Amino acid sequence: MRHLLDIYSLSSETIKEILELSENLKEILERPIPKVPTLRGKLVLLLFYEPSTRTKFSFERACKVLSADTMSFSAKGSSLEKGETILDTVKNLYALGVNLVVIRHNLSGTPHFLAKHLKIPVVNAGDGIHEHPTQALLDMLTVKEKLGTLAGLKVAIVGDIKHSRVAHSDILGFQKMGSTVYVTGPAHLLPEPKEAEFFEIRPGGFKICYKMEEALRDADVVIALRIQRERHGEPFIPTLQEYAENFGLTPRHLELIKEGALLMHPGPINWGVELSYEMEKYPFQVILEQVENGVAVRMAVLLRLLSGD
Amino acid sequence: MKLLLKKGRLLDPTLGIDFIGDLLIEEGKIKGFGREIEISEKDLEIIDCRGKLVFPGLVDIHVHLREPGEEWKEDIESGTRAALYGGVLRVACMPNTKPVNDAPEVTSYILKRAREKASVKVYPIAAITKGQEGKELAEFGRLKKAGAVAVSDDGKWVADSSLMKRALLYAKNFDLPVISHCEDPKLSFRGQINEGKLSARLGLKGIPASAETVAVVRDLLLARETGTPLHLAHLSVKENLPFLRWAKEEGIPFTAETCPHYFTFTEKEVEGYNTNAKVNPPLRTEEDVEAIKEALKEGLIEVIASDHAPHSPLEKEVEFELASFGMIGVQFLLPLSFNLVREGLLSELKLLQYLITNPSKVLKIEPPSFKEGAPAEVVIFDPEERYLVTEDFIQSKSKNTPLLGRELKGRVKTVILEKRIIHL
Ligand SMILES: [Zn+2]
Ligand SMILES: [Zn+2]
Repeated sequence: MRHLLDIYSLSSETIKEILELSENLKEILERPIPKVPTLRGKLVLLLFYEPSTRTKFSFERACKVLSADTMSFSAKGSSLEKGETILDTVKNLYALGVNLVVIRHNLSGTPHFLAKHLKIPVVNAGDGIHEHPTQALLDMLTVKEKLGTLAGLKVAIVGDIKHSRVAHSDILGFQKMGSTVYVTGPAHLLPEPKEAEFFEIRPGGFKICYKMEEALRDADVVIALRIQRERHGEPFIPTLQEYAENFGLTPRHLELIKEGALLMHPGPINWGVELSYEMEKYPFQVILEQVENGVAVRMAVLLRLLSGD
Repeated sequence: MKLLLKKGRLLDPTLGIDFIGDLLIEEGKIKGFGREIEISEKDLEIIDCRGKLVFPGLVDIHVHLREPGEEWKEDIESGTRAALYGGVLRVACMPNTKPVNDAPEVTSYILKRAREKASVKVYPIAAITKGQEGKELAEFGRLKKAGAVAVSDDGKWVADSSLMKRALLYAKNFDLPVISHCEDPKLSFRGQINEGKLSARLGLKGIPASAETVAVVRDLLLARETGTPLHLAHLSVKENLPFLRWAKEEGIPFTAETCPHYFTFTEKEVEGYNTNAKVNPPLRTEEDVEAIKEALKEGLIEVIASDHAPHSPLEKEVEFELASFGMIGVQFLLPLSFNLVREGLLSELKLLQYLITNPSKVLKIEPPSFKEGAPAEVVIFDPEERYLVTEDFIQSKSKNTPLLGRELKGRVKTVILEKRIIHL
């Protein structure tokens, strides 16, 4: 593995190894002084061309635990306004001795573009509507920890699947690890038939459901996605209330899912919309565990890419 | 001065000739052809054409020369030199320059620059609407007087149906062909590549086939209603075929065009976010490639043009979604199209009809031919020569093509343009 660009190009073997490594690294996070010198002297560049507090802090924390130095940079106030291209910016920063680039960008494929032009590892921290591989890894880690396995599970993802990079990475990742993924939401925000052909990477491993009940029935894991009413100024959802009533997860859905099924959300949550307020008290919601696992997974990714073979 | 092309395979789709023989050119004009021409004169130059194809120059009715306004990408000099190297001896250039060719001054400027700098003949196409904004008709009459041969808002579809109908009607006054870039902008909104498995994989917004076919069907209906000849540019999807068949049966006055990239490449070229393969309409699937070939075979599509669209690294070495659409092609129009002959899909003569006679008919110009007295516009082509496409080989200023580094088969060896003999 030279970069972490997407779940698509990871083998299930590699995913398994990253998850195992993450589990082992979690022990460090539980120490009184959670810091090891493993990546001392390494310089990680965090390039965030899109606002994100969670993912950025999570990567920063992962770097600090491993003693890597960080330089970070957010799009606002960057050289972009001076008309400098991203390639120029990154090549310049590279010249400062950067060992790895973590990039979040609003345009799909930008991490791949940098990877083509840079000799150092690139980690995709979310690109456009493409993928968010570390999020899928931390989701898988959370499920594996709580349920003991990923094989044979039914995973339901609810929301705007079409524009969700989290959903795309989860759909691929969970299938690669042996789960079956059901997606549901407003039909115009689900993959179109031709696109669905891509998402079904294992025969029968992926299903589009126009009825929420079908997706939720006997699910082992339910992932709710953050909903945005508008995209690029176009309203995709009539109203948030309409969404909440028809696609929001509420206690009545709990009767459909398996007992002890996990409830997840990549955050930030619109409480009262995709998740009703009562769902916060659901005993198997693991939203904060996801955050902790995010640090472990990112540590594992940095280690794999930076510690050489 | 006399020039004798000996023992080449002479092909002229307009006259319908195809035989091995000699072609005589005198003072830059076609003098005659025959199985064997015997003359003995002092100032006679002979070119041995054995094993070569000899035909009139190609007419590419869809190129972007970028002048005025974007000369860092291409200009009339470099674009027409690329054409010359490709055996294309006449080009019609699209109006999406800066400023847009929507005023007679711009048309005249292009023609003036062509007189000064061009290697081949340049035919300006003017805009349908002012600024190509799709709001008001451009001055068809004055544009025609300045030298425009057709109108098109290429790059954009005239989405307002009533305005398009008015354009088709108004074009009648000036016998101007109307060329439509068929793309419903709402259906293709923010689209980057063909909609399907690959767009899902790359996380890029897809451009569905319907974006093209919806536009094709509307335009055919308007052509039927107005009776004005309509030319459909760069068709790319399978979904068009039943509608093209229907339009032929109905006798709707239309012609349809495709480009070599739509029967040569599939969307696979985009893998790895290759911006050189980002083009509009997008590269499609294997099925679409087959359908486009079928349409060519059936004669539903009867014009092949390059949609030569140069872009520099400034527009291409950027994030995929920021990259401009388009690839260069005028220099590869002939070798790539010739694959259709190699595959047995079209005869040589039929192919040349799609590259010479039919595009000339669209523009209502006399096609280049071997008719006695016609100005010499002759191409000597070696269909067998193989070579690598390198940056040096490409005559355009821009090198944006997925062909870079690949091998091509078929090369233009010599061009005769009136009194000039250019060995390439
Ligand atoms: Zn066009
Ligand atoms: Zn064009």
